[in-house]
Amino acid sequence: MNWDFFEAIGDVASQSSVYEGGLRFAIVLAFVAAGEWIAEKAGTLNISVEGMLLGGAFAAAAGLHITGSVIMGILLGTASGLIIAWVQANMSHRLTADQFVVGLTLNILVLGVASFLNSSIRLDTTRAHVFEIPWLVDFPLVGRALFGQRWPFYLIYLVVPLCWLLLYRTRWGLEVRAAGENPHAADVSGIHVNRRRRQSIYVAGLTSGMGGAVLLLGQVGRFEDTIVNGQGFIAIAAVIFGGWTLRGAMFGCLLFGAVNSFRLTLPPLGYKINSELLSSMPYLVTILTVAIIATYARPPAALARPFIRDLE
Amino acid sequence: MNQSLRNSSDWFAGFLKDTPSFLKHTLYDKWLVTGLYVVSIFSALAVSALLIWATDGSWRSVFSAMLDGSLSNPGRWGATIGESTPLLLVALGTIISVRAGLINIGQEGQLLIGAAVTTFIAVRIDHPGPLILTLALLGGLLAGALWAWIAAGLKYWRRVPEVLTTLLLVTVAAQLVGYSLKTTTLLLDRSPDHANRNQVSDKIPANIRIPRLTIFGNEFPLSALVAMALAVVLAIWLVRTATGFRLRMLGMNQKVAHRVGVSAVKYGMAAMAVSGGLAGLAGAMMITGGDFGSYTFTAGFSSFIGWEGLLVALVARNHPLAAIPMAFIFGSLRTGSGFLAATGVEREISNVVQALIVLALLLPPAVLYARERRKLLATVKART
Repeated sequence: MNWDFFEAIGDVASQSSVYEGGLRFAIVLAFVAAGEWIAEKAGTLNISVEGMLLGGAFAAAAGLHITGSVIMGILLGTASGLIIAWVQANMSHRLTADQFVVGLTLNILVLGVASFLNSSIRLDTTRAHVFEIPWLVDFPLVGRALFGQRWPFYLIYLVVPLCWLLLYRTRWGLEVRAAGENPHAADVSGIHVNRRRRQSIYVAGLTSGMGGAVLLLGQVGRFEDTIVNGQGFIAIAAVIFGGWTLRGAMFGCLLFGAVNSFRLTLPPLGYKINSELLSSMPYLVTILTVAIIATYARPPAALARPFIRDLE
Repeated sequence: MNQSLRNSSDWFAGFLKDTPSFLKHTLYDKWLVTGLYVVSIFSALAVSALLIWATDGSWRSVFSAMLDGSLSNPGRWGATIGESTPLLLVALGTIISVRAGLINIGQEGQLLIGAAVTTFIAVRIDHPGPLILTLALLGGLLAGALWAWIAAGLKYWRRVPEVLTTLLLVTVAAQLVGYSLKTTTLLLDRSPDHANRNQVSDKIPANIRIPRLTIFGNEFPLSALVAMALAVVLAIWLVRTATGFRLRMLGMNQKVAHRVGVSAVKYGMAAMAVSGGLAGLAGAMMITGGDFGSYTFTAGFSSFIGWEGLLVALVARNHPLAAIPMAFIFGSLRTGSGFLAATGVEREISNVVQALIVLALLLPPAVLYARERRKLLATVKART
């Protein structure tokens, strides 16, 4: 490999298509990360977001195929995320099944159902149309990335602030954070800990389902059972990377998006790099960055610990 | 601690003390438990049937084809045993990590790495014989252990959750294997006379294969017996030895384990490495056993065995002996799905059936626990 690393970065950074591709990848992650952040703040390391993402994508494809309307696709995708969240939440926080076990099983179940239905029914889908915000789109380099995307992407500008407001400006959010930090104290002060945790998982289901719909309708256009391919897990990594702050999580999504578009744009620019190394780059970068960051961040104190009230 | 363990005279009591909670319930509430399990398995099958019906298939023919493919037709028992062997090994690995309180869900990657290293040793060392077979199996085991150990190391040195790293390493492993299958010095088939030698390894030489047994016309590799023996050894080790006891203590209550002097780092890392090692061994025995890929290593070689082995461990509720029949059931779902082509229903349905069964089997213990708790609460209230 006789190429100058920094020259490559410079080459890539001056391409506007890089920002477009990177942001497209990052926005799908951001939908998932925003919901997952709330779930983790409540104390659930919710690994079924991968399944919610895939379920959302499939339901969006089905919705578009049946009704022909993109809006119905998004609604159906969001709803399917909520259904998966309902199963996850009630099995892990109403009954006492292990949250990882339930999440893992749900991921496999959704993958099975989606690939089965996809190979039995042919879904005709297209992408949503591009919506350009006038004259902002002409901004050099990043204009097209931020203001010239397919319209479902703009939902992110709604979802992320809403998630933050929900958690930091409402009573519900305060109670959710209490449930994640000190569930026993929260319980004593009259907060229904497991109910708050269930509700926070529903929020994660809604945003992840919507993320799946955006992934399908705004980016891929055709459902295949490999389109998600671990993006849900990368979003979880982004939340950890961000040290359980929404700002940090969004930055993590942007970083992982950048890495992904870096790997997609290097070969067309004439750089010859081992394709396997390139494909595993997002995952390697995720592991490395999280390994560097994880010791400095403080997770919610009751993360991944089930809450069971004492008998007396 | 050692002494008291050795003194407990009743051999069976050790097992009983360690029976998963759902088996304990059977001791006094047999009907309720059986009923719950029957209902949940039945509803899992009913949902699958509904799914088949919704996509214009015939669920009757699907279920009978699955039965033909796994058990009814002559010789199919052997195929099913062959498929269940790696499932059992992966499940045993999972059980060790779960018992130590760790969540290793990257078996698919550990298995791939193990199989790749085994293939490399078997194909590239020109000294055929049982010695190389042992060396190859050992290599696979160590490679799987090393791959899992990366996640363990990151957990204890950098506090990265192992759930995440094990998962992300699966994709990295797949890419690594893909690369080695494109490189002639590593795994790619060297013989120039093959027409299509893309991403395929050399065939494993005939004398580096695991011998196959034939019982009543059912042919399966010797590794099946090894796996079952390992399950028994593991079951005894977990409940009858001091190290097994410490491992379980670590999984049950980390604070107590710390006070008693069980090192979380030492035992956790060891558990993770053994867990990955068993997944690697599963891969090694898949490639040398002959039921998968007919002795050649390809990119999609693992064929979801890693994921399904994980499910086997969940369904067996982390009990090594219970994993044997569960692995067999899951293996028969796999071999059964091979016969689905004639019914016109896609074979992915078997994955759905598996996941639904797992989900359904999670329910009864949880329901029973809730019921138990309600009873206890009532008695507490009555006392006050």
